[in-house]
Amino acid sequence: MLILVAALLAMSAACPWLVRRWGRRAFLIVALGPLAGTVWVAAQGPAISRGEVLSEAHPWVQSIGMELAFRMGALQWLLAMIVLGVGTLVLAYCTWYFRKDSLGVPRFAGVLTAFVAAMLGLVLADDLLLLYVFWELTTVFSFLLIGHDPARRASRQAAIQALVVTTFGGLSMLVGALILGHAGGTHRISELLADPPSGVAVTVAVHLLLVGAISKSALVPFHFWLPAAMAAPTPVSAYLHAASMVKAGVYLVALLAPVYAGVDGWRPVLLVLGIVTMLLGGLRALRQTDLKLLLAYGTVSQLGFLVMVLGIGTRSALLAGLGLMLAHGLFKATLFLVVGIIDRSAGTRDLRRLSGLGRKMPVVAGAAILAAASMAGVPPLLGYVAKESILVAMLDVAKEGDGTGLAGAVGWLALAGVVVGSLLTAAYSARFVWGAFATRDVEEQPSVAPVHAGFAAGPVILAGLSLALGFLGRPVTEMLAPYLEEVPEGVHHAELSLWHGLGLPLLLTLLALAGGALLFVFRAQVARLQSLWSLDWSFERAYRDGMRVLDRTAVEVTGVVQRGSASAYLAIILAVVVVVPGSTLIGAWSDIDVEAWEHPAQAVIGAVTVAGALMATRSRRRLRAVLLAGATGYGTALLFVMQGAPDLALTQVLVETLTVVVFVLALRRMPEYFTDRPLSRQRYWRMALGLAVALVSAGFMLVAAGARIADPVSLMLPQEAVDYGGGKNIVNVILVDARAWDTFGEITVLVAAATGVASLIFVNTRGTGIRRVHEIPYPPTVRKQPTSPGRRPWLAAPRTLPPESRSIIFEVVTRLMFHTIVVFSIYLLLVGHNEPGGGFAAGMVTGLALVVRYLVGGRYELDEAAPVDAGRLIGGGLAVAALAAVLPLAFGGSILQSAIVDLHLPALGKLHLVTSALFDIGVYLVVVGLVLDLLRALGSHIDRQVVRARRESEEELVNEPVAGETPGTEQEATRA
Amino acid sequence: MNDINLTLVVVSAALLGCGVYLLLERSLSRVLVGLVMMGNGVSLAFLVAGGPAGSAPIIGSESGDASEMADPLPQAMVLTAIVITLATTAFVLAMAYRSWQLNGHDDVQDDVEDAAIRRMAATDVTSEAYGAASDDEDTDVSDDPRESDETPAAPEPGGAAPLATALDAVPGTEPRP
Repeated sequence: MLILVAALLAMSAACPWLVRRWGRRAFLIVALGPLAGTVWVAAQGPAISRGEVLSEAHPWVQSIGMELAFRMGALQWLLAMIVLGVGTLVLAYCTWYFRKDSLGVPRFAGVLTAFVAAMLGLVLADDLLLLYVFWELTTVFSFLLIGHDPARRASRQAAIQALVVTTFGGLSMLVGALILGHAGGTHRISELLADPPSGVAVTVAVHLLLVGAISKSALVPFHFWLPAAMAAPTPVSAYLHAASMVKAGVYLVALLAPVYAGVDGWRPVLLVLGIVTMLLGGLRALRQTDLKLLLAYGTVSQLGFLVMVLGIGTRSALLAGLGLMLAHGLFKATLFLVVGIIDRSAGTRDLRRLSGLGRKMPVVAGAAILAAASMAGVPPLLGYVAKESILVAMLDVAKEGDGTGLAGAVGWLALAGVVVGSLLTAAYSARFVWGAFATRDVEEQPSVAPVHAGFAAGPVILAGLSLALGFLGRPVTEMLAPYLEEVPEGVHHAELSLWHGLGLPLLLTLLALAGGALLFVFRAQVARLQSLWSLDWSFERAYRDGMRVLDRTAVEVTGVVQRGSASAYLAIILAVVVVVPGSTLIGAWSDIDVEAWEHPAQAVIGAVTVAGALMATRSRRRLRAVLLAGATGYGTALLFVMQGAPDLALTQVLVETLTVVVFVLALRRMPEYFTDRPLSRQRYWRMALGLAVALVSAGFMLVAAGARIADPVSLMLPQEAVDYGGGKNIVNVILVDARAWDTFGEITVLVAAATGVASLIFVNTRGTGIRRVHEIPYPPTVRKQPTSPGRRPWLAAPRTLPPESRSIIFEVVTRLMFHTIVVFSIYLLLVGHNEPGGGFAAGMVTGLALVVRYLVGGRYELDEAAPVDAGRLIGGGLAVAALAAVLPLAFGGSILQSAIVDLHLPALGKLHLVTSALFDIGVYLVVVGLVLDLLRALGSHIDRQVVRARRESEEELVNEPVAGETPGTEQEATRA
Repeated sequence: MNDINLTLVVVSAALLGCGVYLLLERSLSRVLVGLVMMGNGVSLAFLVAGGPAGSAPIIGSESGDASEMADPLPQAMVLTAIVITLATTAFVLAMAYRSWQLNGHDDVQDDVEDAAIRRMAATDVTSEAYGAASDDEDTDVSDDPRESDETPAAPEPGGAAPLATALDAVPGTEPRP
């Protein structure tokens, strides 16, 4: 059984491709899947009628006890036959239903086949949770099928309505299933039915399950989604809303009824809702002019009837109900398919515009008449057989209770309701046949296209089955006998037969048929009466009002909570930080020993830092705020030194310097003052929040530092660092060896930031920005002295900077010291494993050397110092680091594993080499590349933009009629 | 248990408080200055939580044994944090410059979509998603004969138009040289 379901699902995945390849004929191929399933299920028939049960179970989710458990008893067999059989015919019907230019057919084929699979799984599932999974799968697929044409508002609305209503029911069903499973100790349905638990919880659970069944099977008050779902294509309505999806609720009731019908409230609820639905649906159906909507309301009415009958729970009622379910599946599918044929042939479904179809498509009309007769309950069709048996069963209940305790007034009322309902059913069946096929006076005779034989085959087969099964009542009863044996024998022997003897049931049937005929004959008066009585309110109105209220509430709440301003969100986050973790401080405050400082110098540095921070906050000038923030950074570095963190202090100083430089370069074109908005009252709130965060963080620090009572894990690091890491600088060993992955991630962040800066500033590419001094052409009056080729200018500034921006001493000193600084940085790189230093610090030092050369000599000086594309440097560095990470794999180690190599070089002596130096070299290259990129982007490129802007403004001045301002020679030099 | 250095705690808390105040500003460069100060404050907080001061965590002759060294593990973490703060600073500065180039100011803009929702809330209308899936008229669905399926319907204009007006409301997106 699992294989069958899985095979159908797999086939549904292949359907779109099949339909795209072969067009609509692919539906015939697709229909072979359910056909094979039908044949297989039919083959199991003899065994099942003998009482055997097919079951299989595969473990799935052990922790909640959910298994892929399937079980086929008599009830499941009947439903599987309906689901697969009608599914086959509907899929074949689709071949002719869709036109050549219909949209979305491949997806439709896949979803419909998947729906068949899901419905089959639902019917065969033996685990309550698995049943829920398939239940919701059918909900989802029906949403996709109803919303087949998403461009139409009606489709969207109907699909969402169906989804919301059935999901609501599905969720309550899940809760009920969980409660029932918990009470019974297992989720297996067969075990829950064999040994039912009892108690208040079980009653609640069963009612919740009923809510699910009621919502799925479109009973009052959830009935309104079914007529709206007529926006779906007709094959969908024929399958889902006649034969399968709505039957899911009916199946659930039939499954639980033998054992749980005695639960408090089961029978009253189902009786009342069923009869109300039956009458309401029937009355509404009489008013419809769209054939499809007529059938939809008829379906609503019939479903109410079915659920009511199955809810009664006596043996004869169950048998009769199942008979009616079979009959309904057959005749309703026929009628829907016929409506589809009419729609395609005549172009309209409105019965006010149809006429003469009976003569033009006699075969189809014959099938429709048979089906409508079965619906009305005309002998000898299956519908009549089922209804007759229902009346017998209900008469038994009304007279003696038949084990249900419903004897007396309640039983007779129910019977009366059923009779009235049958009356209405007969009336609207007649209306359907008359409206579709009779010859009437209409404004314009519809043009009727001929009907293909294959198109009509589906309805004809189903109508023929309705007729044939009417005579096969006894075999059907025998088929279902194992299921019926679960219920004690009633007053009469339960049997589906054509003749139950002369008695009240026959009389009531004749009464219903006659009354229906009368209602049909006087249809004009009935219509007038109905229009007088029409109610303004409906459950659908309630649903729509509810959805509207929900949407409005969502809009209002979102409008209040989601302000859209970053500072509001940050404020909320920080407020939560203050409140939630901050509230834990109240309890955690035990005695904490505090000393003012460890060294008085700390107090001085601290005071300066705090003063700098406060002044930076108050500053209204951009550059002053930046410089004061830099001052706090240097203060922090000094505190690092006193705390015993030299590596940290080194890096902090270098990074802070670079930060200040980068800030100044980026902000130099912006206005001097921050925007002069009036100071708002909100700043007091921000001050309060800042103060609160400061206090709470101080509390965190005090409590956290005071909680250091155990031995720290770093006590064993020194020995490990020397033995395994090969280095004496423990922090560096941690960075490039023990936690090298973090460092790798860190340099990746640097790469990402460099890329981001480049794309924001350069916008196009960064490689075109390198310009060398020797490319600058000399002015025509100057004759260049011949020099040896490749001779580079020692200083770039003379030819490229205006004299007032130069400082010759600064340039010469920088030029002389540059290489020394680079050598020092390489020394820091290599010695970092044993002394303060390392890849980051080294890269920063080289970067700062480049910064100084840029600040001194401008962008040409920078390009002379480093005539290499920064992107290549960064990429190369990352590649070297990745190589260092992966290389140990070639030697049998794990990623980023380092090795200590002791070499004896002849001239240099002993060399203690640790291979993590390669990783550090990669880090170095990345950092140098980052700094170079920042300088090129925020330095050189912005310089060029400044020059360009100045030149454009000067050209405007030149083009003005003011005499004789020649641009100076410095502009010619800088223009290059 | 050693005494906690109050100076460090006060300095760190002050940096964090000032940083938070600046973080809630509207000008991006001020936000960035606040972020830098918060980064410094958090680095100091790490060191406070890392225990008392000690000698440098470098094995050699002048430093003592392991118990006298400062805890190197928080130091490694702080080093990573410092470098990443640098990367963040550079990137946000580039953003601020670009924003100045395009808009003439470096203010952090409010979100456009949220402004549209606030407008909807103020004028008491339903959302676009609701309007696209309901007709919100008071007619009973069942009485209207729908067109037969497969007839191509005119695409609903209701879904596209409100989005377009929301986008049009964004001021000043033309790039300025």
